[in-house]
Amino acid sequence: MNEIIGTLNGVDFTLGDSILELSYLIAALLFVWGLKLLSHPETARGGNLWAAAGMGLAMLTTLLLHKDHAGNGIPLTNVWIILSAIGIGSVIGWIVAMRVKMTAMPQLVSLYNATGGAASALVALLEFPNAVAGNFTSLLVTVLGLIIGSVAFSGSMIAYGKLDGKVGDIFAGYMKYINIILMLVTLALGAYLVFSGIPPTELTWGIYLLLALSLLYGVMFVMPIGGADMPVVISLLNALTGIAAAMGGFIYSNEAMILGGILVGAAGMILTMLMCKAMNRSLLNVIIGSFGGGGESITHEQGTIKEIQLSDASILLSYSKQVVIIPGYGLAAAQAQHAVHELEMLLESKGVSVRYAIHPVAGRMPGHMNVLLAESDVQYEKLIEMEHINPDMPNVDVAIVIGANDVVNPAAYDDPGSPIYGMPIINAHLAKNIIILKRGMGKGYAGIENFLFFNDKTRMLFGDAKSSLQKLTNEIKSM
Amino acid sequence: MEQVLIFFFTYKEAIFIIALSIFLGIEVISHVPAVLHTPLMSGANAISGVIIIGGIILVGHADLSHFSLSLVLGILALIFATLNVVGGFAVTDRMLEMFKKKKSRKL
Repeated sequence: MNEIIGTLNGVDFTLGDSILELSYLIAALLFVWGLKLLSHPETARGGNLWAAAGMGLAMLTTLLLHKDHAGNGIPLTNVWIILSAIGIGSVIGWIVAMRVKMTAMPQLVSLYNATGGAASALVALLEFPNAVAGNFTSLLVTVLGLIIGSVAFSGSMIAYGKLDGKVGDIFAGYMKYINIILMLVTLALGAYLVFSGIPPTELTWGIYLLLALSLLYGVMFVMPIGGADMPVVISLLNALTGIAAAMGGFIYSNEAMILGGILVGAAGMILTMLMCKAMNRSLLNVIIGSFGGGGESITHEQGTIKEIQLSDASILLSYSKQVVIIPGYGLAAAQAQHAVHELEMLLESKGVSVRYAIHPVAGRMPGHMNVLLAESDVQYEKLIEMEHINPDMPNVDVAIVIGANDVVNPAAYDDPGSPIYGMPIINAHLAKNIIILKRGMGKGYAGIENFLFFNDKTRMLFGDAKSSLQKLTNEIKSM
Repeated sequence: MEQVLIFFFTYKEAIFIIALSIFLGIEVISHVPAVLHTPLMSGANAISGVIIIGGIILVGHADLSHFSLSLVLGILALIFATLNVVGGFAVTDRMLEMFKKKKSRKL
């Protein structure tokens, strides 16, 4: 492996060097291939495994064949340390991944995203002293890697805390100014570290200060963002982690890292845009977080709320032809995914056609409802996307809204003053009857009155979603 | 203008890679169905753990002759990156298995 097989630009290279680079090429191709397969339901699982294989290959060849500038390979002691660290990470990562409940999936994705960001930030931090003074690019990629990685880390940790109910939303109007100032200070310090011309070894204070500022910015940036905006934030943080990894790739001139990182960054940005589009809001609007402070809305156009008895609801459902279930975050919060599937199967056995209408931002992460319902074995042919179900809504006999609020609020059509005005919604209000399962009369996440509740066709079924569904199922069975 | 051209020529390979990867990333996942949003995000997330290679290089060439903060942080980086990679791929596989299970039962 150490035999010199050629010379490029005056530098000798060995067989090992060549094989290492070749393995990076294969790894990069496997990432692309894996991601490609991941975007089709039939091939997704294979795609994930191919990408994992690419990662394994790159790790193995790096361990065996990587050489430092002096041409020394990785010493055996270091190999053992590396293997131990990877061993620890693998065991923990695997156990957590296998044990976590499906309802906790958004938290876990955030948590793993945080660890990726942390790793990128640490690598940049430790490579900073090795960057060459005056070398604009090597300093720039290191500083950017540190900032982006840190923001992704602390931001994802806060997102994790919020999703897990450990961290509340803190929102104050002045926070947006603090955030802008904080961001500018962070960028200014970063620019100073890059352009000052002072050798990085003498700037230790600066890089640690930059780390602290970036971490703080990540916290402050996610803190005011409400739960309904979580799908946007999670995808954005995911994109940031990818970009941070790409910066790491530039530090080591490693094309597999660059390509993998940028690929994830681009994919994350697309998801972010999709989520923004589904909420009819710009990315800037989500980040600055002006939700809840919308213009004058017609909040007092209240009618009366009409409740429905279990027996009436059961009769209504049993004699329907078409039922559409519209789930939201409340379904996940009440862990009612199995209960709803039971009701669905019971109704199907009585000849009622049951489908689920999935809003792109229902829940707390992109695709949240799909994963949740997949866990309870709902066939995914029954999960209908918003734009496909909407034309059909007038023919639907009963729309059951479970723990969803803003995504069915007709204020999006009727009230130009509402913060959600213009957001595409599922047209539950067009169904012949509407049953809303709700814990109490609280407002939705955006804090807006839901006009749907006061619709003449609407009946409310108060109570915990899970127990309401179970009672409903039993009632229908006993009919 | 000259500065820009000098910059471009100096880093042309990197700029090519960035430009093409962005295009590739957009192209590859642009028509993904909503059903797959979560697994796609979590799979992509695992790929961003590719920073693990940086961790291996860092710890691999670390000086072990004396104890240092850098070594500890390097090992920490490696553990974090592994969590991202192994946990990310494992949890994605678990999610996709659920999707698959239903498919086969239907057939």
